[in-house]
Amino acid sequence: MARKLVEVKDVYKSFGDQPVLSGVSLDVTETQNLVIFGKSGTGKSVLLKCMVGLLTPDKGTIFINGIDVLNIPLKEMNELRKNIGFLFQGAALYDSMSVRENLAFPLIRNFNFTPKEVTQKVERALDMVSLSHAIDKMPSELSGGMRKRVGLARSIITEPMLMLYDEPTTGLDPITTKEISKLIRDLQQELKMTSIAVTHDLICAQIIADRVIVLNDGIILFEGDLDTLTSLDDPFLKNFFSPEYLEDNYG
Amino acid sequence: MTSDSTFEQIRKFFDIIGALSLFTHRFFMNVLKPPYEIKEVAKHMYELGVKTFPIVSVTGVIIGVVLTLQSLPIMIKFGAEAFLPYMVTLSVIRELGPVLTALIFAGRVSSGIGAELGSMRVTEQIDAMEVSAIDPFRFLVVTRVIATTMILPLLTVYVNFLAIGGGFFASYISMGTTYDLYMSQVIEVVKFGDIIPGIGKTVVFGFIVGITGSFLGYNADKGTEGVGKASTTSVVYSSLLILIFDMILVQVTLWLWPAS
Ligand SMILES: Nc1ncnc2c1ncn2[C@@H]1O[C@H](COP(=O)(O)OP(=O)(O)OP(=O)(O)O)[C@@H](O)[C@H]1O
Ligand SMILES: [Mg+2]
Repeated sequence: MARKLVEVKDVYKSFGDQPVLSGVSLDVTETQNLVIFGKSGTGKSVLLKCMVGLLTPDKGTIFINGIDVLNIPLKEMNELRKNIGFLFQGAALYDSMSVRENLAFPLIRNFNFTPKEVTQKVERALDMVSLSHAIDKMPSELSGGMRKRVGLARSIITEPMLMLYDEPTTGLDPITTKEISKLIRDLQQELKMTSIAVTHDLICAQIIADRVIVLNDGIILFEGDLDTLTSLDDPFLKNFFSPEYLEDNYG
Repeated sequence: MTSDSTFEQIRKFFDIIGALSLFTHRFFMNVLKPPYEIKEVAKHMYELGVKTFPIVSVTGVIIGVVLTLQSLPIMIKFGAEAFLPYMVTLSVIRELGPVLTALIFAGRVSSGIGAELGSMRVTEQIDAMEVSAIDPFRFLVVTRVIATTMILPLLTVYVNFLAIGGGFFASYISMGTTYDLYMSQVIEVVKFGDIIPGIGKTVVFGFIVGITGSFLGYNADKGTEGVGKASTTSVVYSSLLILIFDMILVQVTLWLWPAS
C-alpha cells in the first residue's frame, strides 16, 4: 500500500468563540491529488494554513512525511517547509520585487543554485504558466489572473514534494483554467508531486482530483471520488454542484 | 465607532508599549545572528536617504535662519549679540538639529514602514515568506531597523551643517557678521564635545522610528483599514517616544558631561 504523506487527525480550530474546524481528519497518499470543496468561509484556507504551521490548531495532530508538524522546533519546520509549496488564495506576490525576483527569491535563499541555474529555472517556471513575457514586470502591473499564475510558478519552482493550492484557478477564464489544471496534473505525474487543492471549480477538479472531500461547517461531509460525489442524491451536495449554484456564486 | 475614554486610551498606550518592548527584545535576539542581510540594509538606507533628503535639507536651512532671526532682538537687548553664533550653534547641535530631524524622519519614514509592512501582512506576503522557510522578522524588520538607526545620525550631521550655514547667512544679512568670526565660535562649540551627545541620541531616535513603524506594520490588523491605522499610529507613537527619550537622554547627558 502506498505511503501516506499527509495525515490530519481530529483537528479543531476556533477564532475567539467562532468555531471554524470542528474535528477534521484526512489523509493524502503519496503522489495523489486531493481536492477540497466547501462553501466560502468554511475554513478551507484555515485548514491549509494549519498544515504549514501558519496557524496552530487548538486540538488534533498533523503529520507530514511522518513528521509531527505541531510539535517540532522552528528549525526543523523550516527544513520541512522547503519541501512544501503553498499557493496563497491571493497569490501573495512580493510587491517590492519584480516577477523574476519573486520567483528567484526562494531559490536563492534556500538552495545553492548558480545564477545561471536560477535564471533557467525562473524562465522555465514562467513558461509553464505562459507568462514568459511578464518576467520583468512588477506585481502591480499584472492582472488578477496573471498574479495567480505567477504565484503558482513561484510555489512550484522549488519542485516541492507536497503542494498546497488555495484556489489555483479562481478568477481565470475557462481556457486558462484548463491549462493550469493540466499543469497541476502534469506536475503530479512527472515530478511525483503530492497535492491538496482547495477549489470551487468543477472543471479543475475533474482534471486533477484523485479523491475529493467536501468540508462544511467545520466537518467533512463527504469523502470519495468525484463521480460518486456528483451522482449523489444528497440535497446539499446536489445543490452545491447545481448549475444555479455555480451561476449564483461564480457567474 | 465610539471614541474611547481617556482611561481606555492610556491603557491602550501602555499595552502597545509593552508589546513594543517584547518586539524590541526580539530584535536584539536576532540582530547579531548571521547571516547578515547587508545588501538589504544598504538598499533600505539608500531608499530612506533619497526619500528624506529634500525635506530635511529645507528644514536644516530654516532652523538656522529662524533661530538667528528670533534670537537676535533678545541678544541685542542684553548686549550679547556677539555670542549669537555660539548660541545658535549650541542650540542646533545639542537639541534642535537632532530632535527636529528625528521628528521629520518619524513623520516620513515610520509611516512608510508601517504602511509597507502593514500591507505585506494584510496581503499575506509575510506569511508567504514564512512558508518559504525565510524568517520574515529578520529579512523585513531587522534590516529596516538597522537602516533607520544608521541613517538618522548621518542626516542629522547634514542638517546641523545646513542649520549653521543658515544661521551664518541670517547673521551676515542682519548684522554683517564675517565668516571668520562666525566660524571661530562654531568651532568653540564643536570643541567642547557638545556634538557627541547630540548625534549620539539620534542613534536612539533612528532606532525608535524603525522599531515602532515595523512593530505596528508587522502586527497590522487584517483589512485595508489595518494598513492605514498602522501607518498613522506609527507616526504618533514614534514622535511621542522620541520626545520622551529626548527628555531622558538630556538628563543622562547632563550627568555624563556636567561641565559643558
Ligand atoms: N486569522 C484569522 N483570525 C480570525 N478569524 C479568521 C482568521 N482566518 C480565518 N478566520 C475566519 O475563519 C473562517 C474560515 O476562513 P477561511 O479563510 O478558511 O475560509 P475559506 O473556506 O477559505 O473561504 P473562501 O472560500 O471564501 O476562501 C472565516 O469565518 C474567517 O472569518
Ligand atoms: Mg479561502
